[in-house]
Formats: sequence, C-alpha cells, structure tokens
Amino acid sequence: MSSYRWAPGYIDDGDRPKIVTSRFEYEDSYTLERYHATGGYEGLKIALGKAPNVVHDEVRGATVLGRGGAGFPAGVKWGLMPAEKYPRYLVVNGDESEPGTYKDRLLMERDPHQLIEGCLIAAYAAGLAQVFLYIRGEMPLAHERVAIALNDAYAAGYIGTNILGTNFSVDIVLHWGAGAYVVGEETALIESLEGKRGEPRLKPPFFPAAIGLYGQPTIVNNVETLSNLPWLLVNGMEAYTAIGTQTSPGTRMVAVSGHVNRPGVFEIVNGTTTFRDLLYGDEFAQGIRDGNELKAFVPGGGSAPWFTPDQLDLPFEGRLVGAAGSMLGSGAIMVMDHTTDIPAAALTLTRFYAHESCGQCTPCREGGTWLERVLSRVVAGNGTAADLDQLMEIGESICPGDFPHAANEALGLAATPFPYKMTTICFVGPSAYAPVHSALTLFRGEFEAKITRRSSIPVVAVHASPASTPASAGAH
Amino acid sequence: MSRLNDDNVRLAHEIIGRYPRARSATIPLLHIAQEQHGYLTNDAIKHVAELVGATSAEVFGTATFYEMFKFEPVGKYLINICGTMSCALMGADELMHHAEARLGVRAGGTTEDGLFTLEHAECQAACTEAPCLQVNYRHAYRVTTADLDTLIDDLSAGRLDGEIPAHGTLARVRQSIPVDKAAGAVPPERVGAPAWFAAKDAS
Repeated sequence: MSSYRWAPGYIDDGDRPKIVTSRFEYEDSYTLERYHATGGYEGLKIALGKAPNVVHDEVRGATVLGRGGAGFPAGVKWGLMPAEKYPRYLVVNGDESEPGTYKDRLLMERDPHQLIEGCLIAAYAAGLAQVFLYIRGEMPLAHERVAIALNDAYAAGYIGTNILGTNFSVDIVLHWGAGAYVVGEETALIESLEGKRGEPRLKPPFFPAAIGLYGQPTIVNNVETLSNLPWLLVNGMEAYTAIGTQTSPGTRMVAVSGHVNRPGVFEIVNGTTTFRDLLYGDEFAQGIRDGNELKAFVPGGGSAPWFTPDQLDLPFEGRLVGAAGSMLGSGAIMVMDHTTDIPAAALTLTRFYAHESCGQCTPCREGGTWLERVLSRVVAGNGTAADLDQLMEIGESICPGDFPHAANEALGLAATPFPYKMTTICFVGPSAYAPVHSALTLFRGEFEAKITRRSSIPVVAVHASPASTPASAGAH
Repeated sequence: MSRLNDDNVRLAHEIIGRYPRARSATIPLLHIAQEQHGYLTNDAIKHVAELVGATSAEVFGTATFYEMFKFEPVGKYLINICGTMSCALMGADELMHHAEARLGVRAGGTTEDGLFTLEHAECQAACTEAPCLQVNYRHAYRVTTADLDTLIDDLSAGRLDGEIPAHGTLARVRQSIPVDKAAGAVPPERVGAPAWFAAKDAS
C-alpha cells in the first residue's frame, strides 16, 4: 500500500502549457516550502494590491469556466449575487465522485496550497466572508494534505485575520464529507454542509448565488476551477486567454481510463485537443489496448451520452460536444474496446446512479431502480423483448421528449443535441438513463442478442442481488 | 457508555466553533464518534445531537444518508472494491469474486475473526488506476488477484499497521486554527459587507 503516499495517474508528456499541474513534477509539491520556491502566494499578493472588483473583472474577462461539470463561467457566477446582501460564503466542491473523474483529488493531494490561494483570491474578489472546503470523505490523504497546508498557511499569515497586513480577513474551514455522490450537486452540498441529508434543493427560482448556505448568497466552485486563479493573477488575463479557444480558454484536466494502452490524467489545452488526440496520441493514451478496435467511449463522465469512433475528431470543447449530443462534464473519458459487453457496461453506470439516488424524486428513485433491475435481467440473459421498450419507457418518465445522443453514420442517425428535459430536481435520475439510452440507441443488436424469453415477466420478479452487487443498495 | 470521551468532546467544541451554526458540525462529529468506537453507537448519536443542538432523530437521519457511517461493528479493515465502469472494464468482478473466495464471505459480510469486512463500492476517483480498491479508504491501484492476496496477508500479519489505521480513523492530521489568527465564524446575521469589500467599491 505504499501507493497510499503517492497518488499515481498524472502523466506529463509532450510540450503543453501547464496551469494547474505545474508543481506535480516535485515529490514535495504539497509543502509550503515548495510552494514558496515556485512562486506560491504571489497571485494573492497581486490580488490584494488591486480593488476586489478589478480582480473580479479579470476572472470574468478570462472566462474561467467551471470545471465541475456544468462549465458555467466562474466570474459570471460570482456576479449573480445580489448587490447588498451579506454575508456571502464560498463553498469549495471537493466531493469528486463522478464515474471516470480523477483530477480534484490529485489537485488536493499534490498541490493543496494552490487551491487555498485560489480560495483566498475568490473570497477577496467576491466579498466572501467565510470559506468551507468540503472534501469527499473517502479521501483521507487529501484531507491530511489539505489540513497540513491550511495549518501552515495560517501560521504564515495567509489565512485568518488581517491577511498579509491588509484588512482582508477570512477563515477557511476544512469540512469532511461521508460518502454520497449526490452531494456533488451544489445545493445538496449546501444541505450537507448544514448538517442535513444531502438532498438537492428545488431550483429555480433560487440559486445558491442568491439563497445558499444558511439562506445567504453562496458561491460553490469546483477545486480545479479555483486552482486556476493563482496562475491567472500572476500571468494575467491575456496570457490565460492565449491558451485554448475564445469560448474555452486555458487548460483542463482530463482523465482517460478503460481499454487504452496508457490510462492517465492529462492537463490538456482547452477547446482544441480532439478525442482522437486523447485516445490515440503518443503524448496521451497511446491507442486501444492489445491493438483492439475502439467500440465506444463516454466523453464526459458517467452522466454523459456515449460517443463512437464517428465522433473521434471532435475537439474537447463544451459547445461542440453539446451540439454533437453529449457533454464534457467533469473531464472524464472512459474507453470501451470491441470486446466490451455493451449492455453489461451500461449496467455498471446505471447501477451507480440508481444506488446514489437520494430518493426525493419519484422518477429517479423508482425509475432508476427499475432501470437497474430490468437491465440486470437483460444482461443476465433473462430479459424479454418487451424489456427493451420498457427501458426506454422508464427513461421517458425521467426525461420526457428527445434524449441527447450522438450521430451514427452506419445507423443513419443524426445527433440530438443537449440539453434534455427532466422530471427530477437534479441530474442523478437522467444520469441513470443516459447510459441505457446511449447503449440501446447505438448498440440495440447487442441487447436483442441477449433476449431469450418470449413472454414478459414482472419487474418485481428480479432482485439485484447476485454476489457482487451493492450490498447496501437502498441504504439511502 | 459509548458517548464521546473527554478529549473528543473538547475537539467537538473546537470544531463546532468554526461554523456559524453548530449543526453544520454534524458530519465531522459523527466521524469522530465513528473513530472512537469503529462504528456509530446509539449513545454516540445522541451525544452528537446534544452537542450540535439537534434531536437524535435528526442526527440519525443525517447519518443514515451517508455511505461511510456504519451502525453495527465492521471489521478492523473495511475493503471496498470499486465496481463502477472503469474498474468493471478492467476486471473488478474477478477481483470481487477472488476476494469473496479468499475471505470466505460475500460482499457485505465480515470475517469471523472480525478482521475484514468486504464491500462492493462505487467510484473512488482513481479511474485511470483501475481496478482499484480501498482499505479503510486508503487506495490500492491496478490491483491483480495476486496483489489482493498479498494485501490480505500483509493486513493479517499487521505489516500495514503504520499506514492504515483501524476502521473509523480517517485523516490522522487535523486542521487546527490558532486562536490568535482566527477570523472567526461569520453568522448569517452579520450586517454589512466585509471590511475589505466595503472600503473598495465592489462589483
């Protein structure tokens, strides 16, 4: 278990600009000494020399897109708070748990001071009076590294009262999660931080920027988003927007996992790097394992509709991928080669979302469970032809109307773009359907090949309880 | 009696003091209770409720929402084998079957000696290192069945005691805010913009 001390996965090949991973090459990248030696806390000093609104304008002008999933620009989000309502809070979303996603944990374990400096810059610029750094419970190494970094930063005068001799004063409180995927949703995160069950709040009309933690204006930003700010302050808006494209400037951390020769986490140039680069490029994943053929890939975390080789030449850019029928989500690509049992692969994701449903909304609580059960019996070879239609019908009750999917030349399909309609408060319900819909739309023949029974059997006849399914399913 | 001990009560008050509302400390305090006993006892839940000013039903309601909280004893080592997509694609099922055969328990079960509890887990944010597992939430990466055997041997022999504390203990380093440096919790009742923000015109 010596790997506990060093989280692997990050790969630094090729000659790409680095914004958030620039210190990863050092074994002691998480220490204050190394942070100081590599320009650490310079961004904070620069920020404190300017008026808060000037710093805010810089973040807005740089179009720092949210890296948590929705891709909403951070500077715009900060501007949504009502002008005269105080106090305002910052909640840092370190509850990374979207299937396929592996980046925020790396940033917390390997460069916690960069995140802390980002929090301080955000708090200063947007007038946020207290910061809560919510870290997923199942990440004790991240907790330890961030706790040590916070303790060192307090001692050095970067956090607390009168920071660096100015009248800027703010506390950063490290908060522990306890295992619940849905808490990554920003209003569920706030509920959880208030000591409650992590059930998302109904919105609109009120978003956290207006009514958030304790009913006050609250900014929820992702770890990677905030980790961009120190570099931005030191190098300036123009240097930041010079990387990537106009709509997607800067870099992104992307995890490529599954059936590739070299799975890894890469900091890529935003907006221009294509999926073909990422899956086949020498500096990236280096092709499909064992010389196999690519069958399908999930382009943006488990919630995202699937792509096939038809979409390989799309750049990793939010708007283009949205128009093509999927989403970039949290920067996570999962790759399936031609040996993959597609219905079984879809089940691993549907099971995840069914398990993680908080239970508030009936279409998600019941629908997700039904999707899992019906799909389980199809995968086990006990399905009926009616089951395939029933899967789509259950999905319709969660997401009425057309569900996004990719174009497919062989099937003569045109793309259905994002977004979808939903009957649930948050995206967990639709996410249980997304893999089923993609797999059935693009690979229906594989499902039909598993159908062995002629007559229908009721859903209740099958329980998802073979040896290795979640023992605690339904615990929520 | 399985309430929080004196040291943990002191720690609990310190943590509560960081939040504008005591109830926000519920989850951190439940972790401390679980660290003390290895799982959440009814007495500890009641004690946490007293400390944060909630009813024990409210605290129990919160606790049951979260996967990490256990309400009956689990093994010294909780082995969570990830089964979500990337791990499934890379052989998580085989790993789980091997673990079940090796430990002689099904997923969800605890070995008779009380050393191991085996669970099926969901995504552990290590997808490029699949298949992965956690022992008391400490990761192991790209685990083969042979690796798993070695791991179980090492844990049984106590060779990993220094790296992996018994179930319940999460981080072994805690945040500690020095009294003279603390800016203090900001309650929602506080009026007006913060000093630095009011002084310079903000957007």
